[in-house]
Amino acid sequence: MTRVAIVGVGYTDFRSITPEVSWKEIMYKAASRAYDDAGINPRRDVKSFITCAEDYWEGFSIFDEFTPDQMGAVLRPMITTCGDGIHGLANAFMQIKTGLMDVVAVESHSKISDLITYRDVVLFAFDPVYNRPLGGHPYYVAGLEMRKYMEKTGTTEEDCAHVVVKNKKNAMKNPLAGHEGDLTVDQVMKSRYMFEPLKKLDIAPLSDGAIVLILASEEKAKELTDTPVWIKGVGWASDTPWLEQRDWSKAVYTELASKNAYKMAGISYPRKEIDFAEVDDKFSYKELQHVEACHLCPPGKAGRLVSEGYFERNGVLPVNVSGGSIGCGNLIEASGLQRTLEVVLQLKGEAGSRQLDGKTGLAASWRGVPTASGACIVLGV
Amino acid sequence: MTIFSRRLKETGKEMCFEAVRAALDEAGLELKDIDTVVCGTAPDAFDGIHMKGENLLDGCGGSKKTYMRVFTGGGTGVLAPIAGWWHVASGVSDVCLVVCEEKMSSCFPHPQSAFGHIWDPILDRPLRPNLVWIFAMEMNRYMHVHNISKEDIALVSVKNKKNALDHPSAQLAANITVDDVLNSEVMAWPVQRLDISPPSDGAAALILVAEDKVSSITDNPVWVEGVGWCIDSTMWTNRDLYFPQYVAKAAKMAYRMAGIHNPFKEIDVAEPYDPFDYKELHHMEGLLLCKKGEAARLTREGVTERDGDLPTCPSGGLLGVGNPIAATMGIKAGEIYWQLAGKAGKRQVPDARTGVCQAWGDLMQYGSVMVMRS
Repeated sequence: MTRVAIVGVGYTDFRSITPEVSWKEIMYKAASRAYDDAGINPRRDVKSFITCAEDYWEGFSIFDEFTPDQMGAVLRPMITTCGDGIHGLANAFMQIKTGLMDVVAVESHSKISDLITYRDVVLFAFDPVYNRPLGGHPYYVAGLEMRKYMEKTGTTEEDCAHVVVKNKKNAMKNPLAGHEGDLTVDQVMKSRYMFEPLKKLDIAPLSDGAIVLILASEEKAKELTDTPVWIKGVGWASDTPWLEQRDWSKAVYTELASKNAYKMAGISYPRKEIDFAEVDDKFSYKELQHVEACHLCPPGKAGRLVSEGYFERNGVLPVNVSGGSIGCGNLIEASGLQRTLEVVLQLKGEAGSRQLDGKTGLAASWRGVPTASGACIVLGV
Repeated sequence: MTIFSRRLKETGKEMCFEAVRAALDEAGLELKDIDTVVCGTAPDAFDGIHMKGENLLDGCGGSKKTYMRVFTGGGTGVLAPIAGWWHVASGVSDVCLVVCEEKMSSCFPHPQSAFGHIWDPILDRPLRPNLVWIFAMEMNRYMHVHNISKEDIALVSVKNKKNALDHPSAQLAANITVDDVLNSEVMAWPVQRLDISPPSDGAAALILVAEDKVSSITDNPVWVEGVGWCIDSTMWTNRDLYFPQYVAKAAKMAYRMAGIHNPFKEIDVAEPYDPFDYKELHHMEGLLLCKKGEAARLTREGVTERDGDLPTCPSGGLLGVGNPIAATMGIKAGEIYWQLAGKAGKRQVPDARTGVCQAWGDLMQYGSVMVMRS
């Protein structure tokens, strides 16, 4: 079966508010840049289009209706997948593997600044009978989970603060990022408790942005580019939807997803074989949970290691060099594509002043409170 | 599949469970044999649950599994099994469970209120449009271009509701006459009450298995031979509504893959999407099962009856069995499976080897088509 490569990327920068453009316009901008980058004409060369979106984020009942025109997908095969950007990449990967498609475009965007009732919408994702009536801001779930994680692993609030400091500092070298900063652990520790022990700076601020990646079969990739980035493995998984049944101390969905992705990629010892990683950090402690779930360090040790500088840009295993969601902003369903984008730029040597060495990178995503669903993708050159 | 009706006592995930259990029992499998799960479900606004796929996932058997949701409005009913196909055909999965669910009854006062939010917020929504209105426009255009009478279109409703008498899940099976349709309440001319399928709750599930694993599960598999899907522009006002070009494109894609050159001759049984009676005719033409404008004649001549040359909607379709948007997989892909496997019971059409099913959705812009052979 053919291998699958990423042959083009297009993106907007990531900003807290973007009142000057509509979601259609940011999709168009990212898509046309991606087509230019890959050197293709969407009306002729792209065989299938995929967008990753949820109705409630977009404020439509059937958002799929509004996707084709700005992507150049009119009268072409196109689907919406209700998942993170990496779920979309997984569908594109499979479509190419079947041999039916040779070039597929995957789009995901966030125009979350249009949503004035974010809290209520997230609450609508809670079980309508058992959980939603409890009300409150839904991030209390993250506060409880952070408490459980710290208690189980001995991780401290300072360790989590190190994640914030690292990611905001990394973001200073990323021209796309909207929430960079030069902070100290002390400053993070002094930020206000929102959902104790979760502090204001532990929470990734919401952002707008759009990203499009172009995937191609081996034959087509070699025709289109000299620097294809190969998809070595992809995995996606969900834990139980019930808050009451989960193991709150670890990210079971990422364990399952990364296991599948590593199996496909033939990776047996990720700590040695992965050169750098971009993992979801919608909350600071989540980065630690996800790093452990991806087996990039021994279970329960991520907190101590981040404090020791292990995951810094010049550390042993750089994590979230892009700045992550904490530094770039939480792009909702586009978060996974933002991570994948960073891995692609790094592997192609186009990451500018934050360039790393390395031949194999990992991106891992999580769909946010209250879900327990995520996806992982292993890329290499 | 579950019974289609107003099911106030069950949650969406309970209906999913029921459908999954039935599919596993028919295949003689257990949940542990399933390695990937695909969920198809249409607007979240019906259930009033954000990220509905996440909510349904344990009912779908997706807990601690590889789980994916796809969503293309009404087209989901056939797109979800197509997504299941690419999970298996790509080599990623050996045994893929596809589950489709819809629970429209929890939307008060009527699911139509959720359809108030499917429109362009600037160009359409201020007019406070209603789905029945735009289908009335499409029906009018179709009748006008081909000079088709209301009587001919009503025959579809009569046929499908009669076929549904043999379907154990049916919601609106009935023996009615053309006059009953023509005398029913006018919703938006030319659409009358009996031209429309009902809102329903229900779920359906099917299991797709890789070629090299089939022999240990069944001696009587039905093969997915062709898949196609296509979306047209959001701007429905810029299209000539008399012909569903997006369905034709999807059908050509599926036929090419299945090696079908003359669909009318080579297809033995068809399940086009029939939420309105004129849509069955519209989609038969879109599926290239007849020339443009000829579907009404074929219906009048009885060609589309169960004992005709081209049995169409032998299940009873959406008009007879019900229209739980995505869960119509059970009477589209599901019915073609039962027909080709010879398991359709009283609904069985003779000598069916090749079948096609199709779903239609979004703002009159989405076609998904699957061709199967036994």
